[in-house]
Amino acid sequence: MNAVDTHSDYLIEGRTGTWELVVGLEVHVELATATKLFSGAPNHFGDEPNTNIDPVTLGLPGSLPVLNRQAVELAIRIGLALNCEIRPSTFHRKNYFYPDMPKDYQVSQYDQPICSDGWLELPSGTRIGVERAHLEEDTGKSTHQGGDGRIHGSVGSLIDYNRAGVPLVEIVGRPHLRSPDDARSYVLELRAILLAVEASDAKMEEGSMRVDANVSVRRVGDTELGKRCEIKNLNSVRSLGRAIDYEAHRQVDLIEAGERVRQETRHWDEGDGRTHTLRSKEDADDYRYFLEPDLVPLDPGAEWIEAVRAAMPLLPRERRSRLATAAGVEVTSPAVAIVVERGLDDLAVAAIEAGGDAGRVLVHAEHNLAVEGAEALRPAALAGLTRLEVGGQLTATQAKAVLTDLVTGGGDGDPAAIAAAKGFEAMDASALATMVDEAIAAQAGAWAKYLAGDEKAAGALVGSVMKATKGKADGKAVTALLQARRAGG
Amino acid sequence: MTERISAAAAAHVAKLARLQLAPSELAQVTSQLDAMLDHFHDIDALDLDGIEPMTQPYPLVNVLRDDVVGPVLDRVEVLAEAPSAVDHRFGVPPIPGEAP
Amino acid sequence: MTATALQLAAAVREGRRTALDVVEEHLDRIAAREGELHAFNLVLVDQARAAALAVDEKVAAGVDPGPLAGVPVALKDNLCTRGIATTCSSRILDGWHPPYDATVVQRLAAAGAVVIGKTNLDEFAMGSSTENSAFGPTRNPHDPTRVPGGSSGGSAAAVAAGFAPLALGSDTGGSIRQPAALCGVVGVKPTYGAVSRYGLIAFASSLDQIGPFAATVADAAALLEVIGGHDARDSTSIPGPMAPISARLGDGVEGLRVGVIAELREGIAPDVLARVDAAVVALTKAGAIVDEVHIPAVTYGLTAYYLIAPAEASSNLARYDGVRYGLRVDAPDTEQMMAATRAAGFGPEVKRRIMLGVYALSAGYYDAYYGKALKVRRLMAQDFDAAYQRFDLLLSPTAPTTAFRLGDKTADPLTMYLSDVCTIPSNLVGHPAMSVPFGVGTDGLPVGVQLLAPTLGEVTMFRAAAVLEEAMR
Ligand SMILES: [Mg+2]
Ligand SMILES: [Zn+2]
Repeated sequence: MNAVDTHSDYLIEGRTGTWELVVGLEVHVELATATKLFSGAPNHFGDEPNTNIDPVTLGLPGSLPVLNRQAVELAIRIGLALNCEIRPSTFHRKNYFYPDMPKDYQVSQYDQPICSDGWLELPSGTRIGVERAHLEEDTGKSTHQGGDGRIHGSVGSLIDYNRAGVPLVEIVGRPHLRSPDDARSYVLELRAILLAVEASDAKMEEGSMRVDANVSVRRVGDTELGKRCEIKNLNSVRSLGRAIDYEAHRQVDLIEAGERVRQETRHWDEGDGRTHTLRSKEDADDYRYFLEPDLVPLDPGAEWIEAVRAAMPLLPRERRSRLATAAGVEVTSPAVAIVVERGLDDLAVAAIEAGGDAGRVLVHAEHNLAVEGAEALRPAALAGLTRLEVGGQLTATQAKAVLTDLVTGGGDGDPAAIAAAKGFEAMDASALATMVDEAIAAQAGAWAKYLAGDEKAAGALVGSVMKATKGKADGKAVTALLQARRAGG
Repeated sequence: MTERISAAAAAHVAKLARLQLAPSELAQVTSQLDAMLDHFHDIDALDLDGIEPMTQPYPLVNVLRDDVVGPVLDRVEVLAEAPSAVDHRFGVPPIPGEAP
Repeated sequence: MTATALQLAAAVREGRRTALDVVEEHLDRIAAREGELHAFNLVLVDQARAAALAVDEKVAAGVDPGPLAGVPVALKDNLCTRGIATTCSSRILDGWHPPYDATVVQRLAAAGAVVIGKTNLDEFAMGSSTENSAFGPTRNPHDPTRVPGGSSGGSAAAVAAGFAPLALGSDTGGSIRQPAALCGVVGVKPTYGAVSRYGLIAFASSLDQIGPFAATVADAAALLEVIGGHDARDSTSIPGPMAPISARLGDGVEGLRVGVIAELREGIAPDVLARVDAAVVALTKAGAIVDEVHIPAVTYGLTAYYLIAPAEASSNLARYDGVRYGLRVDAPDTEQMMAATRAAGFGPEVKRRIMLGVYALSAGYYDAYYGKALKVRRLMAQDFDAAYQRFDLLLSPTAPTTAFRLGDKTADPLTMYLSDVCTIPSNLVGHPAMSVPFGVGTDGLPVGVQLLAPTLGEVTMFRAAAVLEEAMR
């Protein structure tokens, strides 16, 4: 299924007209396997240089690759999570010389990737096409000596092959993104999916998730794609957004100045907030792809694929929809996205099912539970808390305090008992009514304004009740009583 | 004999192959390649329409390994073989450009 | 006649001879003629003695020392041996010590065999005469003015000279069978995938196969049984154990249908053809039904091979870049260092094939060369399949001529390539084939005939080889 191009409110007003941004992301993720894609050397980040190496990792003469079953399994999970077709696939050699690549070719899936033609749905509801997701091996890591650690101006480089051969899945998104925000949202959603299916730890800072952005611009209404630049070195979601925004404006300025955009790879510089030419793609690379003769075809087959599908966890999209249904709100509502992102949706759904007030549960999950230990909270406790709130026994402020105690106490406490211990004993309705009448009598001016329809005047009346009850009264209940009095009740 | 491979094409191939050939060496290889390629056009006589390319002599599929850590090499032994080793890593002169 | 490998192993196993004594005998023979022949890049005097002593200790302790106990084996120097220089007869690997053993080396050790040396080869197994070695050519023990064939010329010469009763080679386009023929020994290229390639330094991955050299058919079978069978470290390794061959060697060829490949009589020297005809007579006499068979596509084997093998080689040999091991020629940047290192480290034939392979795979030429060659390969497999509908085995010469003189074919690469015209087809289709010594040519030099079988047809092939061997006694 293909996603549709979506309208976006991110448009660039140039001197000569209005421009639209077109972005496609290529994301490399390191798979969370114990070993490398083609050998038993450990796949582990941060170890001493050149310790996770074996003959295959180093491409030693005579060594041969054997495919890691778990890497295939994780690739299938990713493919299913991205709604791809899982297909019979093959491995090719991509030939080019580079010192961090031990064999001077990369084994990668080429014309027959394991996953093809899927989509990813952003929390906003927009579907972004995924062209393919394929398995390939990672390269080693170079450290450049001198020249501020950059490749240019360095006096030499040192190579650590620990990362060489680590399994990667490269997820090639279609150019369906239309704004920096959408690009950020895509990466965050993809990251959430990868974490959900436990395929990768997906850390942009550690490089286990690496994002390249293909950016082009075109005049609004044009259907042809413009010349694109590939932007690398995007080490955070924030950089991604900034880099795309910068690059879009650079391209618009260039074209409006009568120049043309050259197809090239550009490097994002976080320091100066610009992209810089890395290498031109004008003289096309010649990778001399051919089928890797040391490996045999891969055909996972329906049985394996269905077993993986059956074991799939709920994906963020499915969790959002489950929560929205339970809470009776729109699936695209920001609260739903945030609660799922925090991983509090299981709790929220269970609390609602346990008779909690849906609205209050969602509010607590969105605003009051971004704390350690929140996931241990017993759904029944949260449900009970919200019932006390809507029953008028606890104010919002008091409820928040009780919730904090519940969480710090291990999540297993009784909200009513905690409220009582804190002295938040419920005011009975008649006592509250008496205090409201006293407030009306004491502040006749405010009451008169309120009767005349000045809603703000209620503030003074409520405030005086709160003061009299030392904050134990529920503001909402007081307001309700005032409204009842005004209506003649 | 028609020219199968030009001098420029041969020079490009040598660059792709990372072979720094002297001009005389390149000229000799070019003429030898030319003769071979000429010979190899004997297969143009075959009708190969609809024939599947054959890449593997023995048809195997799904040869997979369990994700179990195996032995690693001793980096001291490995780096002793390296032309240049610094700080437990392999040393190279400056790299002229980023990886593609 | 000197003792066979099986006789030596039996003597050692039964305590009639010590392994050390066997090794010393072979070291003496090496000392006598190695200077003249240059079969070895490295003779492992100390290691061989130590390994022999370990075998003798096992025998003394009553522990089974293995089926090849105490038998010296020469290894082609493209098989990785832990801590022992492995060069592929190339300057680019000069001084490299692999940190691991090839699977076949492990299996030899487990069988009690004693590795006696690393044998010379055409650089990276690219050649048919062993003249393309960075360390100088090997000479034919039957006539040192002549080549031993190649690329496993050192292994063939070592067995022919009695330096070792057994040797391993690798065969990508005939590199075991052709030198076996020229040196008058048995040489076998097993079914692709029958012997693990793990630790064999790759020339062309989809064609390379390790196989035995021996003085007798039975010795070759015994060695193949030791090295063959599935290996989890090679993805292209055929599952399951290797079918036992030795037990079937005496089964004869009664009723077997043998086809003589008509296309592989073209361009073959008359004295070689005469020996093929003699083999037909011998097989017929033993009860085989022999007839002519046409396999039209073999005519195009040379072209398909010299596009596919260099293409794979150009990629396999990319790793020799001066970064991790072997030679480095210093230069101001890494790109130039790599290009200078490779220019200095590879010999002319290797450079030629890398250039050819890069060209055949490069943008714009892939379809016309490499892609087309893969289709020819399929066509050839279809032709062979058709032939095996009617025949159990096929027969041809192994090489077009007997051993030629050093320098005779070095000027023109294409002429040299023609040496492999009869052997290349089996590599392209992955079938087993072997060369059996079958008399001599008009020059008195050995002639080999080639037996070809379908995938995993080793047993039948060896049965016929035993019949031919018997006919020559
Ligand atoms: Mg890419
Ligand atoms: Zn990639």
